[in-house]
Amino acid sequence: MSASDAAQSGTTGVDDKPIETLETVVVRFCGDSGDGMQLVGTQFTNVSAVFGNDVSTLPDFPAEIRAPAGSLAGVSGYQLCFSSGEIYTPGDAVDTLVAMNPAALKTNVGDLKRGGTLIVNEDAFDKSSLSKAHYDRNPLSADNADLAAFRKHSVPMTRLTRDAVDGLGLSQREADRCKNFFALGLVMWLYDRDRKPTEDWITSKFARNPTIAEANLRALRAGYNFGFSTEAFTVHYEVAPAELPPGRYRKVTGNEAVAMGLATAAKLAGKDLFYGGYPITPASDILHELSRLKNFGVRTFQAEDEIAAATSIIGAAFGGALAVTASSGPGIALKGEAIGLGVMTELPMVIVNVQRGGPSTGLPTKTEQSDLYLCYYGRNGDCPVPIVAAQSPADCFAMAQEAMRIAVEYMTPVFLMTDGYIANGAEPWLIPKLDDLKPIVCTHPTESNGNGDGFLPYLRNERLARPWAIPGTPGLEHRLGGLEKADVTGNVSYDPDNHEHMVATRARKVANIADSIPPQEVNGPESGDLLVVSWGGTYGAVWSAVRQCQKRGLSVAHCHLRYLNPFPKNLAEIFSRYQQVLVPELNTGQLRTILRGTFLVDAVGLNKIKGKPFLITEIVDKIEEMAGRSNS
Amino acid sequence: MSTDVSLPVLTAKDFASDQEIRWCPRCGDYSILAQVKKVLPTLGIPKENFVCVSGIGCSSRFPYYLDTYGFHGIHGRAPAIATGLKIARPDLQVWVITGDGDGLSIGGNHLMHAIRRNVDLKIILFNNQIYGLTKGQYSPTSPIGKRTKSTPFGSVANPLSPLSVAIGCEATFVARSVDVDIKHLTTVLERAAHHKGVAFVEVYQDCNVFNSGAFEFASKKDSKADHCIYLEHGKPLIFGNNRDKGVRLGGDGLPQVVSLDEVAEDDLIFHDEKARDPSLAFLLGRMRYPDLPEPMGVFRSVERPSYDELLCRQLEEVTEKSGPGDLEKLFNSGDTWEVK
Repeated sequence: MSASDAAQSGTTGVDDKPIETLETVVVRFCGDSGDGMQLVGTQFTNVSAVFGNDVSTLPDFPAEIRAPAGSLAGVSGYQLCFSSGEIYTPGDAVDTLVAMNPAALKTNVGDLKRGGTLIVNEDAFDKSSLSKAHYDRNPLSADNADLAAFRKHSVPMTRLTRDAVDGLGLSQREADRCKNFFALGLVMWLYDRDRKPTEDWITSKFARNPTIAEANLRALRAGYNFGFSTEAFTVHYEVAPAELPPGRYRKVTGNEAVAMGLATAAKLAGKDLFYGGYPITPASDILHELSRLKNFGVRTFQAEDEIAAATSIIGAAFGGALAVTASSGPGIALKGEAIGLGVMTELPMVIVNVQRGGPSTGLPTKTEQSDLYLCYYGRNGDCPVPIVAAQSPADCFAMAQEAMRIAVEYMTPVFLMTDGYIANGAEPWLIPKLDDLKPIVCTHPTESNGNGDGFLPYLRNERLARPWAIPGTPGLEHRLGGLEKADVTGNVSYDPDNHEHMVATRARKVANIADSIPPQEVNGPESGDLLVVSWGGTYGAVWSAVRQCQKRGLSVAHCHLRYLNPFPKNLAEIFSRYQQVLVPELNTGQLRTILRGTFLVDAVGLNKIKGKPFLITEIVDKIEEMAGRSNS
Repeated sequence: MSTDVSLPVLTAKDFASDQEIRWCPRCGDYSILAQVKKVLPTLGIPKENFVCVSGIGCSSRFPYYLDTYGFHGIHGRAPAIATGLKIARPDLQVWVITGDGDGLSIGGNHLMHAIRRNVDLKIILFNNQIYGLTKGQYSPTSPIGKRTKSTPFGSVANPLSPLSVAIGCEATFVARSVDVDIKHLTTVLERAAHHKGVAFVEVYQDCNVFNSGAFEFASKKDSKADHCIYLEHGKPLIFGNNRDKGVRLGGDGLPQVVSLDEVAEDDLIFHDEKARDPSLAFLLGRMRYPDLPEPMGVFRSVERPSYDELLCRQLEEVTEKSGPGDLEKLFNSGDTWEVK
């Protein structure tokens, strides 16, 4: 049976090719930005997640919406790792690479393992496309030694897709747009995936256009059937479900988890959420997600600029809303003055920084951890702001609530730091029960605290937080602003002693937050040769590396910080128990410098500034170098 | 907004805060503050439901001197702060106090968007054509040739007209008055306070230290009627101490001053603050002394749903359609799977 016959019939016949079992597989789909690679990557992830694998994903797309077709700059990729064990990253090296055109092959083949499977759409290797990818000759030619290390499959995907949809009356252009589903179908066969979730998705997505739905279904089936009917593929693989903690799961990206975490925090506090934002990559999805939640009482405001987004949340917080803004580096830089006003007026608010490569416009779609200094120091005056950082896509849910809890309990702006990698990356999320979540206590005074002298907006409680009195409350009329305030009364004050007192008080208030956060945990030996300290989205790669080295018998422990300002109280004591400290970061050493300055610890850095996450092996190599050195 | 009839009767005194006022003696701001304090108690709104938001500049100290809820923001950002507040709390009446530098220079973007969205804010822009708090630099409304500390040889920058900006942004209420013209200012502020949607009021304000007398033509009792036209809805444009002059549209499409001895009233321009199209308001806004008499009063007052009202309505509609938000349903949306 030919591929198109199988597609027509919609059945796959008897598949008697041998099947091998693997634990962990990394697949990457890459092609032109118009080829639909993000879509098929997401579908493969969903199918794997629903099947029960642990999954982790890394979408990688250009900043340009449509760079010139076929160009190297226009290549879009989606990598995912799925496993029957626990995984924490989308994987280092690729097992199966699908390249839809020469540019995709050129820019991605370097990440394919030796002996890995390479599937290319040979129809796209025409003279013009080869030239756009700067190939002098066709790399698919039999005598090309560069690709000899791989199991190469040149598949005429464009032609087979056209055959599969023949008779539906599609234009050639429409027919060709289905070829991503052909590729997806082929890889689904290769890894013995269930097509049904994707078929259901296609049917519902294109419900209004049954012809396109049918075409995509045929392409998917044609790709699948091509796998088992062609002699080129001699074997396929299966990856058993992972042993995850029991419960109901869904796949979640970091931005989705931030949005749900914020909506949850508002519910737990019994308040309405106000979100002021301005579109910016890679933070916009938070605005998109929250804009849908109108029936949750979420008010979203797409402001005229980043400054208005930040100042609008100050107004909303003054009015008593749980107020949030999100942005990425360039936007956070613009919000700096407003965040200072939030610190001065001591109003609760959360600022989400979804970091990307900088400085300036930098690398909008690539990940980096280079805004830690910005969040720590990026304001005029002595202006402390608490900082928490999520460690994975699903952890964004918990940390968004935690940021809001701190903001409300301590009456302060709080930074929640994530990055492009965990914002767009996805992983399985164990869906929580609302009753299991910690309530957020949020009160507004209704009576004056001034013993007959009027309301005192800066009379503090034991945590040093001031009362959150809101407009509409009779008798508590008061004025806030950016001028220095006299403690207790809140009147404008230029008194030198008061200013020093207020600077110290604001700092002490933020330091007090350490009383309300869990002590730092360490994974590994309680003392030893090496402590690896990480923060934010590098958690998965660092923990995977440390675990590997621990299995090899190295004396190495992992300490991952989710609270960066203030640090957990026991951190200094932890540092004292290890001979060396390594701080891997996707920046030039920002946390390392802060740790050295705060704890006088002789921390060593492992720094990568390529707009890409760490590979596990990069960290393993450094650990071996350091732990090995201390052993000798 | 609550309009409970059992409200205690308030007076201007109830709106005076205990803070010492630090504007320069004889600053025009004093008069504006006095008129605002006079208007607020007449609106039937509980005192605690007023919020006064400002930016930076002399005028922006205003909230400290009113015993309402107040917010002294950062330079230029008052409209954005006020927008966030109004969206979160549509029940409050929110006033924005700004100046020509604060509102039209550093904060021009926010002013423009607050106006075009028609957020229900009462925006009072004190225009003194100078930077006062930073001690005398030229502002975006200073005339060409103006000599200041930063333009010792005269300004070469074309000024903009606050009213043209507001009308260009489709403001639903636009008015102008003068700081010391107490009765006129009170009337204009009252009308602004009662307008639903954004109300933009430009107040000519004398900075007697750095730009003294800039608006003398409009404030001198004996001559202002010759220099200004006091707009009345549905009435012809007549002015002058003896009300013997009028303004009609010339053959070139531009306004021209005529003597009522020679031209009939019916041939004059008739003011229509509710005109569907803002062209008349724009034309009036461009009439400048000394070439023409400057119009004072309400240029435009039309009805359009406010941003905050539409946003609240959308929240209600979505809730009605999809039911109140259920977080656990949200968590479980999309593809889920069970691990046993």
